[in-house]
Amino acid sequence: MQLKVKVLYFASVREKLGRDAEEIELPADVSTIAGLRSHLRARGGAWDDTLAESRLLRTALNQDMAQPGAAIKAGDEVAFFPPVTGG
Amino acid sequence: MKIAVQAGDFDAGSEIRKISKNSKIGAVASFVGLVRDVEMTLEHYPGMTERAIGKIVEEAKARWQVMDCTVIHRYGALKPNDQIVLVAVASGHRGDAFAACEFIMDYLKTQAPFWKKEQTLEGVRWVEAKDSDDEAAGRWTVPRR
Repeated sequence: MQLKVKVLYFASVREKLGRDAEEIELPADVSTIAGLRSHLRARGGAWDDTLAESRLLRTALNQDMAQPGAAIKAGDEVAFFPPVTGG
Repeated sequence: MKIAVQAGDFDAGSEIRKISKNSKIGAVASFVGLVRDVEMTLEHYPGMTERAIGKIVEEAKARWQVMDCTVIHRYGALKPNDQIVLVAVASGHRGDAFAACEFIMDYLKTQAPFWKKEQTLEGVRWVEAKDSDDEAAGRWTVPRR
């Protein structure tokens, strides 16, 4: 049974955190993207600062844009990134 | 339907001809986005990018008569005047082709996971998303037909 979630970081978020991807054990009390974000912010330093600014942060769940309240479970892929600027 | 996310350049004329070969098609509307005056690097989210563009194209097909469609978006290092993106839509008539092309472009701007990093004389900086892009995409939330 898979107990981990894959977490990806892109663009300025990736640079500020100094990491592009990781697999983390999903804590028992984390069931949404917002919960995962709080869990990561608790690492302090750049994690707290970078993930604090809601206006500048977007999230995806299994490669679809997702809201903070979206439910997550083990095996999911969650991504944190700034608002997109393609085209 | 063709969706490509690639580092290399594209030939818009050739892509337009490829989706013009059906005699039911009476109109092809296309848009090419170019790099303005600064060098840049485009990052994207492999997998999600193709998926997001696919969903936008499906939405356009649900709203307008789209008989064929090609979307090509580049990533990696780009310099001034390079082509970034092509959207070409083939339809029976121009109204649907124009509308679907503009819709796909507006949604791509706010939904497809690309990020531009510019290299200016002052240094490198991530381009910030513009509220006007959200407003452009928001125009289409009222059903048009």
